[in-house]
Amino acid sequence: MREIQVDEITKTVKDLFIDANYKLGQDVVDAFDRRIQSDESPVAREVIKELKQNVAIASQGEYPICQDTGLAVVFVDMGQEVHVIGGNLRDAVNEGVRQGYKEGYLRKSACNPFTRKNTGDNTPAIIHYDIVPGDKIRIMAVPKGGGAENMSRVHMLAPSAGAEGIKDFIVNRMKESGSNPCPPTIVGVGIGGTFERTAILAKKALLRKVGQRNPDPDIAKMEREVLERINKLGIGPMGYGGNTTALDVFFEVEPCHIASLPLAVNVQCHANRHKEATI
Amino acid sequence: MANEIRLKTPLTEEDVDRLKIGDKVLISGVIYTGRDAAHKRMIDLLNQGKELPVDIRGQVIYYVGPAPARPGKPIGSAGPTTSYRMDAYAPRLMEIGMRGMIGKGNRAPEVIQAMKKNRAVYFGATGGAGAVLAKSIKKAQVVAYEDLGPEAIHRLEVEDFPVVVINDTKGNDLYVEGAKKYRKD
Repeated sequence: MREIQVDEITKTVKDLFIDANYKLGQDVVDAFDRRIQSDESPVAREVIKELKQNVAIASQGEYPICQDTGLAVVFVDMGQEVHVIGGNLRDAVNEGVRQGYKEGYLRKSACNPFTRKNTGDNTPAIIHYDIVPGDKIRIMAVPKGGGAENMSRVHMLAPSAGAEGIKDFIVNRMKESGSNPCPPTIVGVGIGGTFERTAILAKKALLRKVGQRNPDPDIAKMEREVLERINKLGIGPMGYGGNTTALDVFFEVEPCHIASLPLAVNVQCHANRHKEATI
Repeated sequence: MANEIRLKTPLTEEDVDRLKIGDKVLISGVIYTGRDAAHKRMIDLLNQGKELPVDIRGQVIYYVGPAPARPGKPIGSAGPTTSYRMDAYAPRLMEIGMRGMIGKGNRAPEVIQAMKKNRAVYFGATGGAGAVLAKSIKKAQVVAYEDLGPEAIHRLEVEDFPVVVINDTKGNDLYVEGAKKYRKD
């Protein structure tokens, strides 16, 4: 067994959340550049330029990309040869979130669902664990904002709905979401599994980089088709009108029950923040 | 953008009446922040016949919950939050003289109707451009509901704060007109 101190996990989580909230991936910035060239709407081009400028200011480390610095979603891929010492893993992750949101001047958005009282330190983190081969821990930090998350849905389709039913549901979801999720969006789609599994697949889909297609060519084709249909809606950046309503659509697919066709659409704004580290 | 207009708060009926959807507006002066929780408290006060903690006549409310300020800075990132959550409260505030709202995302038909009736407008700020927008905020001070943290009512002094007119006093909607123009069926 390889031993890993909880302090190391805490520090890693802290650094990842600060980094994710100040430095947006180059894949999104490159997508902005392409859209500044190609969108037909002058207002749309201006909005995307503002978003690009925003990312540049944030990268200097004084202002996070967005004031909604998210709930702290964490994916932990735990090598089965690892022994965590000096404390417990969950506390270590939460402590990392606590320190990161304080030291990074990030907004604390976690609250009691009924009283709406803020927990004060952005914990508890939403942690998804997986046990994997090996002696390392891979940690992915995903600050998830509320505006786009609110536009997300899980829907249990009848199997007869098929691929067309799936595509129609996603496009319609983005049409109904309109300007609310801060378009241009990135759309994570989970297909298959069960009710809860499909939602996690949709969230995991958001960890991909813009332009990275599903390795299955038939699914990749569907991703491209849905992206094209969303961008024909005309909603545009911020909903002001234009051809850039989404930057990409990612499908993650797993087998499901013979009676079911679970589908989840996890909507993400252009600030698709995610950073990872392996220790 | 059709026009670029500079406005200073508080806004008059004439100020807002001449605005059209798609106009780019640079706002200077004082604006107030407010989100779900602060709105709920304000409406509760009005229902009890009490005074609001701030005089909102002619004023603009910005739907924002800013990130914490670093030492030496007035505020952290401060982009708009999604406005529909304030739809239940906004018409009442327009009735008592609120002239403008800044946020992002669609408003309910009754809110758009209230803007027409009470001569008020809805401005959009670029969602997710919190760092850029924070640069237009020169001073920030909590004036009510400090216990709400980022949701407290802040008094902001802004200079050339960039917004776009989404709903004007004629009942027009940029979200409808913009998408219509670029939709490809």
